[in-house]
Amino acid sequence: MAKITFITQSGESIAAEAKDGSLMELAKNNNVSGIEGECGGVCSCTTCHVHIEANYYSKTGAPGDIEADMLELDDHVSEYSRLGCQVQITAELDGMMVHVANE
Amino acid sequence: MSDHCIIIGASHAGVNCAFALRKEGWKGRITLVDADPELPYHRPPLSKTFLTSNDPIDKHSLKSAESYRSEAIDLLLGVQVDKLDSGEHQITLSNGERLGFNQLVLATGARPIKPNIQGLDQASYAYPLRTASDVNNIKNAVGINAKKVVIIGGGYIGLEIAASLNQLGHEITLLERENRILARVTVPEMSQYFEDLHGRHGVRIHTDKEVVAVNDHKVSCSDGSSYQADVIVIGVGITVNQELAVDAGIEVDNGILVDGACRTNLQDIYAIGDCTNHHNPHYGTNIRLESVQNASDQAKIAAANICGNPINYNSIPWFWSDQYNIKLQIVGLSDGFTDKIVRHEEADIDKFSIWYFKGPELLAVDAVNNAKAYVLGTKFIKDEIKVNKTKLLDSDVQLKPAELTSI
Repeated sequence: MAKITFITQSGESIAAEAKDGSLMELAKNNNVSGIEGECGGVCSCTTCHVHIEANYYSKTGAPGDIEADMLELDDHVSEYSRLGCQVQITAELDGMMVHVANE
Repeated sequence: MSDHCIIIGASHAGVNCAFALRKEGWKGRITLVDADPELPYHRPPLSKTFLTSNDPIDKHSLKSAESYRSEAIDLLLGVQVDKLDSGEHQITLSNGERLGFNQLVLATGARPIKPNIQGLDQASYAYPLRTASDVNNIKNAVGINAKKVVIIGGGYIGLEIAASLNQLGHEITLLERENRILARVTVPEMSQYFEDLHGRHGVRIHTDKEVVAVNDHKVSCSDGSSYQADVIVIGVGITVNQELAVDAGIEVDNGILVDGACRTNLQDIYAIGDCTNHHNPHYGTNIRLESVQNASDQAKIAAANICGNPINYNSIPWFWSDQYNIKLQIVGLSDGFTDKIVRHEEADIDKFSIWYFKGPELLAVDAVNNAKAYVLGTKFIKDEIKVNKTKLLDSDVQLKPAELTSI
């Protein structure tokens, strides 16, 4: 089980728990504002863009090729950017804080 | 009576609209009605991962059941709307119940076209694909042993089903009426690429095949050829669910006509998603789109306007299709292009992009396994940036904004 806290653009903090699935699915299930997951989790849009807490980034790893290309020209891209649909939740991510990139 | 917004149709458009209404501050009741009994789900996976896996449809829910409760959105599922009385501001459900509304949103979508093929109605082994239940029927019909499947129609849906069922080990024949697959939606180069891709995986694609009869597991074409089928899947396009609107006196023309605010010609009645015919300001054209992007974007526009926030639709359309390990991403509308550039990368036949221009203006990009081209195209189109075509054609020039815009 991993407890993950989403911080939205308006500063709202939403704590959520899951043992598997993706960050996008967890955010959707908890109605986190700014995470749309429009393409359903196939890396075809950027509506689940998040910034991973720096000290957890080594645990989530860097984006894959397609994911990196999708993020490259995004207005809110940072060195800790990931698409939530491409980050699988594991126990290792317990306690992680994630900033939602879009409003 | 307190304020009540009814949304007819609980797929991408309807569901997004309900949640967007709350975000925009709608305090009254919200009721979402749909004939489909399932908790609303993502449709694109139906022909892809939902078809190839054993995951329940809940895995693809648009929102959790809890989200509807917490946002006070009433779901009326498995119920059809039989009548819309615009004057009385009232709908009648298939169970006889009547519901009054202040604001109404039609998100009625579309249904598969049933082609006029002799014997098709009697063929219990022929299925359309639009709903989760359709896919469950197909899954049950094909089972786990290899079956002969004939797919009628070579559009995106037909091709995605072909790829999915091929990966499950079934023997696939796809019949297309036109002289190439994807004829209605893309250029010959792209059609050829997908025909070759499916050929490499062992899918038999036959073009110029007009199916005229289905009888005793035999699919017969007008040229005398015939194909054996344990299962038939039909993907020959959709027809808009606009009957409710028409009967209520709402104007339609290849879809329900809406303005930039997603309003129909009748007061307090909006329409969104696949069922609408709307104006796209960027391209200056009226269009009906079958896409998740349009459904979600119009949902937000309608919600904002219902809540008194006057914003207009102004989106660049985008689409995608996943087949095998290939991701096709499309941005823009290529209709009316005067020239195109096909750009290959790194001698990889599965990585290229087609850029459509009208004179100097970039209209659209089709990107195969090339998200870089897709996002760059999106940026160029949105910002109306002029592209240096000579450089674009040169695969040694990197796909970066500064490289491709300099003279």
